[in-house]
Amino acid sequence: MRYVFRTNYRQDLAAWRHRGDVFWYSLLLIVTLLIPMVMGEFYVGELGAVFIFAIAGVGLMLLVGYTGLISLGHAAFLGIGAYTNSVLLSKGVPFLITLPVAGLFTALCGAAIGRPTLRMSGLYLAIATLAFGSIVGTIFQKWTSVTGGFDGFPVPTPYVFGIPLDNATGIYYASLVVLIFVLWLSTNMLRTPVGRAMVAIRDSEISAQSMGIHLARYKTLAFAVSAGMTGLAGALFAHYVRYLAPDAFDVLLSVQFVTIVFVGGLGSIRGAILGALFVRLLPQFIAIIRDDLPFGIGRMPGLEPSLFGLILVLVILFQPGGIDGLWLKTKHWFQAYPLKRATGGRRQKSYARSERLR
Amino acid sequence: MEDAARLLQLVVNGAAAGCIYGLIALGFVLIYKATEMVNFAQGDIMMLGGFLAFSLIAHWGLNYWIGALLAILITAAFGYVLDAVVLRRVIGQPQFAVVMLTLGLGFIFRAGAGITWGYDSVGFETPFTNKTVNLGGLVLGQDNVSIIVGTVILCGVLFTFFSKTRLGVAMQAASQNQLAAYYMGIPVRNIFSMIWAISAGVAAVAGILLSPVSMIDVNMGFLGIKAFAAAVIGGFGSIPGSLIGGVIVGVVEQLAGYYLPAGFQEVTSNVVLLAMLILRPQGLFAERMGKRV
Repeated sequence: MRYVFRTNYRQDLAAWRHRGDVFWYSLLLIVTLLIPMVMGEFYVGELGAVFIFAIAGVGLMLLVGYTGLISLGHAAFLGIGAYTNSVLLSKGVPFLITLPVAGLFTALCGAAIGRPTLRMSGLYLAIATLAFGSIVGTIFQKWTSVTGGFDGFPVPTPYVFGIPLDNATGIYYASLVVLIFVLWLSTNMLRTPVGRAMVAIRDSEISAQSMGIHLARYKTLAFAVSAGMTGLAGALFAHYVRYLAPDAFDVLLSVQFVTIVFVGGLGSIRGAILGALFVRLLPQFIAIIRDDLPFGIGRMPGLEPSLFGLILVLVILFQPGGIDGLWLKTKHWFQAYPLKRATGGRRQKSYARSERLR
Repeated sequence: MEDAARLLQLVVNGAAAGCIYGLIALGFVLIYKATEMVNFAQGDIMMLGGFLAFSLIAHWGLNYWIGALLAILITAAFGYVLDAVVLRRVIGQPQFAVVMLTLGLGFIFRAGAGITWGYDSVGFETPFTNKTVNLGGLVLGQDNVSIIVGTVILCGVLFTFFSKTRLGVAMQAASQNQLAAYYMGIPVRNIFSMIWAISAGVAAVAGILLSPVSMIDVNMGFLGIKAFAAAVIGGFGSIPGSLIGGVIVGVVEQLAGYYLPAGFQEVTSNVVLLAMLILRPQGLFAERMGKRV
């Protein structure tokens, strides 16, 4: 068992906890770089989609897991990013410009919608973002001169330094690069005063405010960064699906994003990636076992959303730490093996915090 | 003259739809006031109530009134069990955990209803279907009138219950201050489950009243999203406010559908909701509360 013995305050702020982390994450990076050379086109494409969802998941994790705000409208931000990117591309702007522009524009939209709604408590924010997502979805459908409405919008092939990204491998590497950028940005953000302010807001708004944290500013910032990352994911998502349909960006997708965050484990960047893996690979798994399920459950329409609902309910009730928490518990059990305590992973007693009197 | 009649017709239709929103919003508000949880599955509970009534009335051939009453009672019992078994466990988790939990429950209910009753729209014969009532030259569908009358009666019953009966007063007390209610010997947990039962029952009433106007199908729970607008206009803590909010949303929606180009009707409730949250987040009928530090 490794104890990190802290001798210096700087160690609290360090990017890596110890050398072991550097080694394992470098190994993981090399493996992900090599995957397209050994795996088939289909699996590479699916992993690319996992990366895209992980980008959005990391963005939402900053908001839900670290700032304690909820959004049920992130599918709208994904859509805004996707349409911004595709419309600009079709006007002849190069991909290396449209991608950051899509992210920045979505971040601006996030700030614009965040500023007025973030005054509200968690519950109202959930409702407001739900309404926002539904309005944006309708705009995608009705603003036919730009989005093409239900006819769809064909996404042009992006070129990076003259190389077309028209196959799964190209999208895979593009998504990997953006994912690494997003991870770099978010881990570093969380080490700075900005990230600490966000965590303070999550833990108690009143005490954060009395420590001199400007609530509205940091909440809006968190919302904008989260939306911007989701916008980047949207730009890549457009290339993954290749044909944008307005009804892809509905409430169900928003719920999927939040499922990523909850199933992965709140308050852990690693959890966002684990959650994205889970949420993207579950439908594939269902597709494989579909015919073997008893009582014709496999042919039931609406199986996937209900399964997502069931998993969400079970995770919240029985495993609030998500996959990441499960992993930490297992690791702890093995590390402390003969000395494990029955109460080690048990939650401490918690009480409802009233939001009524603020 | 024709315009005025047309307008009145729209307003009545809107008010009828608004009463349904108001009833769902009433369920949100009852639960929110008591437990500070928001039940995103309220619309789906309404759907379950509607389907139950369909089974009892159309399949088993019960009389409309008996079938409706049974459906309401069963749904209320379901609400009680839901709180006692599931929701009670998440007290103390962050509020958005409850949001996601109830959203997940909504998906499960939808799938459960799909397995049990199928994914087609169904309807059943009610005493109000395809009949009209003539009010001073104004011809209105009895189905719409029945919704409005039913809502008014239900509100009267609830008002009497909360202000006159021992149990109702205990519920008010538990909603206002849990700790004080405990000290007075009120079984707060049980009371909260009963409040869940009442709000599930109200949702079932909404589902049954709605059935002559629109068919019952698995996705009717999405009406719940519109009911949020109603609850927010009412201030999310005021019972009459949620009903008035519902009627406002319903009428505005009908008028927008008639006077504005296509596509606006679907977003009206959401636009009203966002505008309300931005301009007056405390709602039209908020109770003023402050905190002494």
